[in-house]
Amino acid sequence: MRSIKQLTGGLFLLLLANFTLQSQAAASGGNLLFYGLAGLALLIFFFIVVSVADNFMVIESNQSGINGEKANMGLYPRINELFSSKKPGFLDKEHVYTLRKGYDIPLEGAASTNVDTQTKATRFAIMPPDFVGLMPIPKVTVEVGDTVKAGDTVFYDKQLDRIKFAAPVSGEVIEIKRGLKRAIDAIVILADNNQVSRAYTVPAANASRSELVEFLLESGAWPGIRQRPYNVVADPDLVPRDIFVSTFDTAPLAADSALAIAGRKAAFQAGIDVLNRLTDGLVYLGLDGRGDTASPYASIVHAEKRYFRGPHPAGNVGVQIHHIHPAGVGADTVWTLDVNAVLTIGELFLHGRYTTQRVVALAGAELATPRHVATHAGANLGELLKGETLTNVRVLSGDVLTGSAVGTEGFLGFFDRQVTVLAEGDQPELFGWLLPLKARASISPTIPTFSKFAATTNTHGERRAFVVNNDYEQVMPMDIYTQQLMKAIMINDFEAMEGLGIYELVEEDVALAEFVCVSKQPLQTILRDGLTTMMQQG
Amino acid sequence: MKALHDFVKKFEPDHNNKLAHTTYDAFYTFLFQPPTVTKGGVHIKDGMDLKRLMVHVVLALQLLYVFGTWNIGHQHFVAIGEHTGLLEGFLLKVVYGLIQVLPIFVVTHVVGLGIEFFYAARKGHSVEEGFLVSGALIPLIMPPDIPLVWLAVAIAFAVVLGKEAFGGTGMNIWNVALLARVFIFFAYPTTISGDEVWISGIEKVGTEYFAASYGWAHHAFDWIFSGLGLATFGEGGQAVVDGFTGATPLGIAAKEGWAGVEAVYTEGQIFWGTIPGSIGETSVPLIVIGMIFLMVTRIADYRVIVGGLIGFFVAALMMNAIAPADLGPDTPGVFKFMAIHPLRQLMMGSFLFAITFMATDPVSSADTPTGKWIYGFLIAFIGLIIRVMNPAYPEGWMLSILLMNTFAPLIDHYVYQANAKRRAKRTSAMAKQRDELITRRGDIKVFNGDSDYRPVGNAGTYQ
Repeated sequence: MRSIKQLTGGLFLLLLANFTLQSQAAASGGNLLFYGLAGLALLIFFFIVVSVADNFMVIESNQSGINGEKANMGLYPRINELFSSKKPGFLDKEHVYTLRKGYDIPLEGAASTNVDTQTKATRFAIMPPDFVGLMPIPKVTVEVGDTVKAGDTVFYDKQLDRIKFAAPVSGEVIEIKRGLKRAIDAIVILADNNQVSRAYTVPAANASRSELVEFLLESGAWPGIRQRPYNVVADPDLVPRDIFVSTFDTAPLAADSALAIAGRKAAFQAGIDVLNRLTDGLVYLGLDGRGDTASPYASIVHAEKRYFRGPHPAGNVGVQIHHIHPAGVGADTVWTLDVNAVLTIGELFLHGRYTTQRVVALAGAELATPRHVATHAGANLGELLKGETLTNVRVLSGDVLTGSAVGTEGFLGFFDRQVTVLAEGDQPELFGWLLPLKARASISPTIPTFSKFAATTNTHGERRAFVVNNDYEQVMPMDIYTQQLMKAIMINDFEAMEGLGIYELVEEDVALAEFVCVSKQPLQTILRDGLTTMMQQG
Repeated sequence: MKALHDFVKKFEPDHNNKLAHTTYDAFYTFLFQPPTVTKGGVHIKDGMDLKRLMVHVVLALQLLYVFGTWNIGHQHFVAIGEHTGLLEGFLLKVVYGLIQVLPIFVVTHVVGLGIEFFYAARKGHSVEEGFLVSGALIPLIMPPDIPLVWLAVAIAFAVVLGKEAFGGTGMNIWNVALLARVFIFFAYPTTISGDEVWISGIEKVGTEYFAASYGWAHHAFDWIFSGLGLATFGEGGQAVVDGFTGATPLGIAAKEGWAGVEAVYTEGQIFWGTIPGSIGETSVPLIVIGMIFLMVTRIADYRVIVGGLIGFFVAALMMNAIAPADLGPDTPGVFKFMAIHPLRQLMMGSFLFAITFMATDPVSSADTPTGKWIYGFLIAFIGLIIRVMNPAYPEGWMLSILLMNTFAPLIDHYVYQANAKRRAKRTSAMAKQRDELITRRGDIKVFNGDSDYRPVGNAGTYQ
């Protein structure tokens, strides 16, 4: 079929060349243009002769039973044969998406791959603001002084009262922090030395979906499941189209996701098996295809495995969903989980215990020993960073693009897998915009970055109106016009927002565009405003 | 540096005095990258900001400024028949050029920046850098003898009605520098039409007062030069009544074709730019250097420039094809103009300058990468039609760029519509495939190298 198409195409070209040649010859004889076109026509003629011969060879090979779609029997290399980068062998039979757009910010201070089990935090917190879509004042079911086990319910939202939020560790509730307008900011627990979990009766292997959902809601593991669009806590009344899990993180200085699963592969597999029972559709695993060896998640079964190669944000689950099967409202609603949420669900079903145990990266050029530590969700950052001298720095829960500056008194966010320490950039720089003497990252060729460097929080410029230089498109590996979408959000144009793909995006997906923005616009804030508006519109 | 910063900070006016504070802020942020840190959102930011983006265009224009300054002097002396060699009287030519260019440059910035500062203070935002580029471009597209009053009026028109009325930098529909030019073009048509050459110091209708108004400066330099024993301006500093006049290459080409142009100018002169013209748009090689610089640094979008070049050659080749093969003395001028070789068309006039520096303005051009190809192509295509086929305008780029500025949002609109449709189609194709996979789940091993399934999608590269 393909060969016949090529043959007709070749004949058409022949005709076209013939006509062009004649009309030009009539127009102006004897000039350079005429000879140029004649030369071109000659080349096209030879090309066509060779192509026709080539086609007959391919047809011949097809007739002798060689599948032309798989093996290239023609003379010309296919485009992907010419330009494909050298892929490691483990990807040969796999399904790989190679993303060209994006940017890895070359930051110093990546965490070393050994896991420190000595550093222990004593205070842990669960913070209602980590979960999008809740009311500001949830119903707190514990009081200061109460003793809780890991998995005991500590609060729930009054409107979504089926979803129970659980204590990340066992211990004593020592503080309930309140913020503006008496909103609950954090429930702080002083952890026991020996962690105990609440006891569970796990549903049978053939339990119905609704039993399973009830169990997850009641157990406290449910809030780890998030729903797209909007990135809110998953709606228990809804059956998602598919479930997506990204098993790697490409953010600057991100934690090594291979460490998260070390020794816990069975739990991860159990978690994936449970997810399969929650959807009629498919469970997709986004796997890291950048390394030379297969990711440890490759041996997980009962999931559709998709490899992603390329710079940040290739590891964002939103980018992966966009390439695998875009999310949307209604029947296109999907759920996403991170590795730690899958592990929590897996442990629950495998061992009948609730644990938020996770490996967290302590990273940043300001740290003496950037490393990974084993801890639980909501650990106090100051205790994790004990022994480091921190002056004029910003301590983030999360990465430099999406993290929140909570300081050493703050706690690790529920979904965060890293702590980043950055130097504050509150130094003026003489002609800093013209002569960038201090190292800084940029996607612009006018500021070359030769090696990894220690970034600061300086804004490198002031906020301006949007200027279109297509920088966003350069770092967004999605078929979405980010800038136009932002403008549509600012003027509340619902139809345009929908058409331009607002449902596919959450803050972390546009974070890199916000980083590169020459006008220093707060894209993540604008996007969240738009998502909130769309949510209110229903 | 800390001491300098503290010293500068001492002069910071009160926030209540808006105009003073905006002005101070503009100069302060010019001198220092301020010590502001990120708040909310991302915690580190790209080193590129609008100032740096804009200043690279200004850098790309510097060679043109140097060449243009010399060329003003050179054309003046050639017209009065003194120092006709390229390097003869070099100092005199440069000084003569500076005496013409500096007032234009100063007036442009005083008027333009003054208006910007005023509006920034009134609206309560900081001064945006858009005028940095407009202010560098405007002198280059003006005739050397432009009366400064005309210039000031044109710039005020362009900045107030073309930019501030729409909300300032980033919001304007039309290219500000071209608006200033188009204002002068239509307000003073007898002098500025561009079919007669612009040589400084030669009296023309409307400019007679201004051509002679720098006599005192020439005398002052004469005094210095004679003291140093160098050549002096002498008569060369005076305005010449009834001096050399002639037609520009495009003016000739429209009537007599390339044969007529060749009788007055050599190909080399037109290429290197040693011909009369607006201050900065005559030299092809220097513009090409600027073009390459802007494309390599990705300050200007290559899509507009390459799209423009393609459009230019398509239009020029079409015209070549339409033109009759034999050009006799009775052939109408328009056919002779059409028959000119595309590369010669490219050299004449200011196409390269316009497509490199004017069309690529990130604010007024099309927003989308696809739109930029279309936008660049149409600018060149329509502009060449205006140049060759419209007898009223010897050159077409100003009008075609402003026309396409107007239509850029329309182009973008269709690109966005196409994007929305494409994504909807892709998603529905994926949904179909998903249903098929689910019904056959278990029988086949889906999606590995051996299966017949290829995932639907156009954004990923399946290899």
